[in-house]
Amino acid sequence: MMIPPAAAEPLFNIGAFPITNAMINGWIAVVFFVGVAFIARRRVGLVPKGIHNVIEGTIEFMLTEVEKVTGDMKRAKQFLPIVGTIFLFVLFSNWLGLLPGTGSIGIWATHEGAIELIPLLRPAASDLNLTLAIALFAVISSHVIGLMALGPVSHFSKFVNVRGIFRALKKGPMAILVAVIEFGVGLLEIISEIAKVLSLSLRLFGNIFAGEVLLTVMLGILAYALPIPFMFLELLVGIIQATVFAMLTLAYLTVATQEHEEHEEEQEPHSVSPPTPLATSSTLST
Amino acid sequence: MDAETLVPLAKAIAMGVGALGPGLGIGLIGAKAMEAIGRNPEAAGKVFVPMLLSMAFAEAIAIYALVVSFTL
Repeated sequence: MMIPPAAAEPLFNIGAFPITNAMINGWIAVVFFVGVAFIARRRVGLVPKGIHNVIEGTIEFMLTEVEKVTGDMKRAKQFLPIVGTIFLFVLFSNWLGLLPGTGSIGIWATHEGAIELIPLLRPAASDLNLTLAIALFAVISSHVIGLMALGPVSHFSKFVNVRGIFRALKKGPMAILVAVIEFGVGLLEIISEIAKVLSLSLRLFGNIFAGEVLLTVMLGILAYALPIPFMFLELLVGIIQATVFAMLTLAYLTVATQEHEEHEEEQEPHSVSPPTPLATSSTLST
Repeated sequence: MDAETLVPLAKAIAMGVGALGPGLGIGLIGAKAMEAIGRNPEAAGKVFVPMLLSMAFAEAIAIYALVVSFTL
C-alpha cells in the first residue's frame, strides 16, 4: 500500500516543463468537453435529438438554478458560462478520478530518490495547482465583472470606502462613526478576498485528495468489496464539491455585481442598517 | 524531546482541534436544514442551496486549520 504524496508526480518532461499525472487527467476532461462541443455543434436542428437533448436539458437546468441565486435572467445568462463550465469540469474530473486504474496503474520510476510506482492517472483536482488556478480565475473574474457592472468608483469603495466617509460628513457625527467602522470593514474585505481564493482551492483539493487517500487505504486493508461504499461516498463528494465550488463562484459574482447598500441609504437616510440587503450581502460575502 | 520531533504532533493537534468547531457547525447547519425541510417539505429545493453555502463557509475554518498544519 502506497499513500499518494500531496504533490502530483511528474511522469515525463517536455523541454523543461514536467508533465504530471494529474495534468493528464485534467487534459482528458478538457478533450472530452471540446469533443462534446464539436459533436453538439454539428447537425444543429430546430428540434433537438439524442445528445442535443442531454445538452439542452443540462444547460436549461443550470440556467434555472443560476437564476434562483442571481434573481434576474440577464445576470443569470451572463454568469452561466463561467459557473456552468466550472461545475461541469470539476464534476467530470472528480468522477474521472474514481475510475478503476486511477492511482493503481503506473510505471516504476525513481521519485525523490526512491524507486516507487508512479500512477499514470491521478484525479485532476488532487493537484493544488489546478484548484488554485480555477479559484484564482473565479475570484478575479468576479472582480472584473464587478468593475464592468458597477464602475471603478463603486467597486473599489467596497474595499477602501473613502466615498462613504465623504458622504457621511454631511449627515452628522453618528453617520461619520458608522462610516469609519464601515471603512475598517472594507479593509477586512481585502483579506477576505485572499481567503476566498485559499478556501476555494484548498476545499476542493483537500476533499479530492483525502478521498484518494481513503480509497487507497481501504484497498490496502481489504481489496474485495470493502472499497465499494467508499467509492459511493466519493461519488457523492465529487458532485457536492462541484456544486459548492460553482455555487460559491456564483455567490461571489452576484455579490460583486450588487451595489453595496447604497440605494437604501439614499432613500431612507435615517436607517443605519437596512435589514434585507445587509442580510443577503453579509451572508454571501464572507 | 526537541522542537523538530514535536512538529508532527503540532500538525495533528492543529488539524484535530481545528476540525472540531467546523464539524459541530456543519452538523448544526445540517440538523437545522433537516428540521426546516421536515416542517415544510416543499421548501427542500430552496433550503438546499443556502445550506450548502453556509456549510461551505463553516468548512472554510477547517481549511484554515489545514493551511496552518501544512505550513508548520
